[in-house]
Amino acid sequence: MEIYLDNSATTKPLDEVVAAVNHMMTENYGNPSALHRRGLEAEHAVKKARSQVASLFNTGNHDVIFTSGGTESNNLAIFGSLSTIRDTSRPLVTSAIEHPSVLNIFKHLEKNGRKVIYIRTDAQGFIDLDEFKKALDDHPALVSIMTVNNEIGSIQPIAEIARLIEACDEKPVFHTDAVQAFGKIPLPSTAVDLMSVSAHKFHGPKGIGGLFVKKGARLAPLMFGGGQEGNLRPGTENAPAIVGMGTAAAWAEARLSENMDKLNQLKASVINGILKEISGVRINSPISPQFAPHILSVSFKGIRGEVLLHSLEQDGIYVATRSACSSKKKSRNHVLEALQLSPDEAEGTIRISFSSFNRQDELDYVIEKLKHHVASIRRITGWRG
Amino acid sequence: MDHVIIVRYGEISLKGRNRGFFEDKLVDNLKLRLQEYPNLTYYKKDSRIYIELNGTPAEPVLTKAAVVFGVVSVSPATRCSTQFDEIAAAAVAETENAMKRGKIKTFKAQAKRGDKKYPLDSQEIGREIGACILRRFDGQLTVDVHNPDLTVYVEVRDYAYVYSQKVPGYGGLPYGTSGKGLLLLSGGIDSPVAGWMMAKRGLILEAIHFHSYPFTSERAKEKVEELARILSLYCRRIKLYHINLLEIQTAIREKCPEELFTILSRRFMMFIAARVAAHNHCEALITGENISQVASQTLQSLHVTNAAVDIPVFRPLIAMDKMDIINMAEKIGTYETSILPYEDCCTVFLPKNPATKPRLEKVLQHEAALDKEALIKSALDGLECKIITP
Repeated sequence: MEIYLDNSATTKPLDEVVAAVNHMMTENYGNPSALHRRGLEAEHAVKKARSQVASLFNTGNHDVIFTSGGTESNNLAIFGSLSTIRDTSRPLVTSAIEHPSVLNIFKHLEKNGRKVIYIRTDAQGFIDLDEFKKALDDHPALVSIMTVNNEIGSIQPIAEIARLIEACDEKPVFHTDAVQAFGKIPLPSTAVDLMSVSAHKFHGPKGIGGLFVKKGARLAPLMFGGGQEGNLRPGTENAPAIVGMGTAAAWAEARLSENMDKLNQLKASVINGILKEISGVRINSPISPQFAPHILSVSFKGIRGEVLLHSLEQDGIYVATRSACSSKKKSRNHVLEALQLSPDEAEGTIRISFSSFNRQDELDYVIEKLKHHVASIRRITGWRG
Repeated sequence: MDHVIIVRYGEISLKGRNRGFFEDKLVDNLKLRLQEYPNLTYYKKDSRIYIELNGTPAEPVLTKAAVVFGVVSVSPATRCSTQFDEIAAAAVAETENAMKRGKIKTFKAQAKRGDKKYPLDSQEIGREIGACILRRFDGQLTVDVHNPDLTVYVEVRDYAYVYSQKVPGYGGLPYGTSGKGLLLLSGGIDSPVAGWMMAKRGLILEAIHFHSYPFTSERAKEKVEELARILSLYCRRIKLYHINLLEIQTAIREKCPEELFTILSRRFMMFIAARVAAHNHCEALITGENISQVASQTLQSLHVTNAAVDIPVFRPLIAMDKMDIINMAEKIGTYETSILPYEDCCTVFLPKNPATKPRLEKVLQHEAALDKEALIKSALDGLECKIITP
């Protein structure tokens, strides 16, 4: 039996996505920029995919730029915006719990002398809006706050942030990394300037993603070339992956609320099962409209996340952990630290992330195995409740 | 005039009646290491091995031959008749090639005469060849007998050999001339170096690795397999055994004092290694232990570990400094892999204050609380064996 519960890392592509990619590779293989019919047909397919992806964020006021994925979208959004803003004395604002592909950009900019304000979160994983308001007083050039946190699933108050930014005299650029939100939940606000998304998080192919760019937003490319993607991301379009992404987006859009209900049910059943069967547990991602339905972070006391991961893997169950079992370097986790988890809880934290293809009977088996492995690991670590 | 590689082997030439055995083994090992070059031919003469290139490019043959254990140095040489004009032409060509490779301003020619009937003696050959080179590169080169940029060597035997490069090898004895040993191989820096050193002394290596999956990751196993693969570049193939110690470690953890966890684990590794060695005709164990590096390697701890087995245990790193071990690991190519993060023992097991001066009687007394035979048997039942090749 294989039970894949690491859908925040990546998802299995849909059959229709594989078929669409295959078709583009074997039949519709032209270069969308070519003048002949082969090119034109590929261009049509890319155009259709672009509207399928755009439709999931149906604002009419944003263009979709295809990129190689979330990391590139984040880099293009932040570096591409900043290079159009002359005044480098204005600070930048982000949160303490961003994905490394955002956080490390700011670390890099900070090292080069840029002032960066990291907004802290409360113990539930939501950014502190008072702190954020104060940061706005410093006239930041850019704000980048993620929509859904990838480790615990907290949904940040994007609409509120957008309103606060709207009220500024000197408006900063507003970017959100929506990689864990897009295709999973209705996006909380249309008032963002830039939004990063990635196909393989919602059953599309890897190596393809997008950046939503508000019409009129000022953005400079990071690479130069033949003018594709409105000159913002030149290079021959990855038409097969783009079409795969479009197919996945159409699927996700058609089932958005149905999938959310299903995911919330699955998540609730695992939470209930864990709370019922296992003691010394902390649920970091409760069932709530403020938490994404597909991400469940759980901390088990007296456990090493990695040991539990390998134990479950023996039963064909795949989960994730950020706490690697290494004596050489204590792997510190910036997100769990921001949540003020005790070191013991942080070390015993795993992330279970669902897809709508998971079944209830699978999860009953998961609970049974979790109970078994947590108990046998605790016997060795000597933890007593 | 043609091209050969001169392979020198130092220590073997001191062997008495066994010398032929060592030489033949070295030739066999060279042939195996160089089997991808079918045109090479080999012969033994003048207490060396000559490899005739027969059109094969010298460079890759040279690098590969140099790392074969038992080889002290190798030189790419021009072989010609002993006629003076031909030797001179070869020496001039050798000089010209060397000048293309790098900046050379000074040189000397140094000759050796194996054939004592040759009309010129060594001094005279050197002088005359030097004069020829100087005439050819007049104005570009001067002679410096003390500290030259280039030394052109001429050896007159039944043929004449002209060369200017000597690539050092690792020395040691031909692989497979000293019996077979079982290396306790971990993912750390030390044990691969220890195995390499014993292999260099002619020991055939097999390796045993202890892990505690799922308390360690599969990547820890892969890391050790990669280390074994690097060692197999020197040893052709390595039989690698994986043993899961989890059950044993769990039992130790449950039934014995925490501070003895590491030393008891080590003893079980020795018990199991000794059995695997006996079963596979290995006549010694090899470990990367190094005096006082960690708690389990103090003199007292080594005594307790050592007392677990009767088979000889070789610890070639015992008196080396850590920096020297690291330098060697870098030289033989295992360092970069050894420093990857995946570890063989999960930190949950490691005692906060391991005993640094364990007493054997006390350890034995606590060990008696464990069902030793059953634990060893169960671990051996789960033995996985892999043949690792380059």
